[in-house]
Amino acid sequence: MIYLDNAATTRTKPQAVIDAVVQAMQTMGNSGRGAHDDALSASRIIYDTRVKLAALFGCDAPERVIFTSNSTEALNIAISGLFSPEDHVISTDCEHNSVLRPLYRHGNVSFVPADAQGQLDYSEFGKLLRPNTQAVVCTHASNLTGDLLDLERISAFCRENGLLFVVDASQTAGVIPIDMTQLGIDVLCFTGHKSLMGPQGTGGLCIAKGVELRPFKVGGTGVQTYAQEQPAEYPTRLEAGTLNSHGIAGLNAALNYINAIGMDTIRQKEIALAKRFYELVTGIDGVTVYGDFSSWDRAAIVTLNIRDLDSAQVSDYLSEYFGIATRPGGHCAPRLHQALGTVERGAVRFSFGWHNTEYDVDMAVRAIAEVARP
Amino acid sequence: MIEKKLWLIVTFHTTADAMAMERKCRTANVAGRLIPVPRSIAAGCGMAWRSAPELREPLEALLQELEYEGIYELEF
Repeated sequence: MIYLDNAATTRTKPQAVIDAVVQAMQTMGNSGRGAHDDALSASRIIYDTRVKLAALFGCDAPERVIFTSNSTEALNIAISGLFSPEDHVISTDCEHNSVLRPLYRHGNVSFVPADAQGQLDYSEFGKLLRPNTQAVVCTHASNLTGDLLDLERISAFCRENGLLFVVDASQTAGVIPIDMTQLGIDVLCFTGHKSLMGPQGTGGLCIAKGVELRPFKVGGTGVQTYAQEQPAEYPTRLEAGTLNSHGIAGLNAALNYINAIGMDTIRQKEIALAKRFYELVTGIDGVTVYGDFSSWDRAAIVTLNIRDLDSAQVSDYLSEYFGIATRPGGHCAPRLHQALGTVERGAVRFSFGWHNTEYDVDMAVRAIAEVARP
Repeated sequence: MIEKKLWLIVTFHTTADAMAMERKCRTANVAGRLIPVPRSIAAGCGMAWRSAPELREPLEALLQELEYEGIYELEF
């Protein structure tokens, strides 16, 4: 199978990640439960992973790196833990349901609209401002088009208006540099299994100094057993229950792998593949690509449709006859599909990762040319 | 170029229901496979079961014990 669905998850994991998970499952006890060597080995690897993630994302303290099972859980913790019902939140049409659904549940939310090309007009942020606006919650890159949002600009807007800034880095963490201190991000939510190349079931949130979140869940922490309330200290405040330490050990190995290669090298390779693909498919009659390709400062995603064909059928055909894995349909991004006018037929997403090759790109292009042939 | 054929399509509310369908069909040896839901059918779950139309009878027998959304005959 030629795997071009890296925006859903990176299927090929570094061998070191696999080995680390196996070793963890053979040796590690439960972090914070007892002080014997096996429990401590879990605590050490978890803490070391916090240190590495804090360094990667420019978070000022490893204690402010909270582990969750994925971005969705991190975003739910952030959105439910930061806002009161009367607080108004600004978001955008570019969001994934992991941002949209927690915000719809919160209720008091306005969206910066995307135009028919999926682009935001940043002057719209100011128009949505209300006296009770508390925050902007938005993605770093659209999971549908791969377009980046201008975080610097949104951050400046937040600073000018005293708003919190919550960012969903699902599509960028591990491949595009993010310095939350420099960018003025208050809460950064990430997943471990996409560009970070770790196991599924890993992810988390990094919280800036001075930002206080109410816990989403409470329970066993291994500390302050006789207190009736959840401990107030990060990370324990937000981490009730046994952590996925086996997965976190894998994520730790993935961070070593990325650091050894260098994020820039990974990004350049992914973008070179996406660019090659984009340039070849846009030469095929009947192919429509969505998003802004005037700059390659973007995620390695190229989403398209072929003539008037159903994206589901195209994706199925690519899988069945060419062994090419892509994602069709709505991609959990309903508002952006509405903006692009692709609600009914969806779109076929090709997303490139570190383990893809030019051969994968060329095979995909050949298959698209075959499907597009009248 | 994709050639059109007539198919029997079963849709589901959730991925778990689609998995139950695949397991049942494999056990009962009813030919077919999971595909992304065709656009002309609105469904909760992004996956649908596709079989040849002549398998309607054994499929409907299996569906009596399963949760599903709809059953369609569709050319695509």
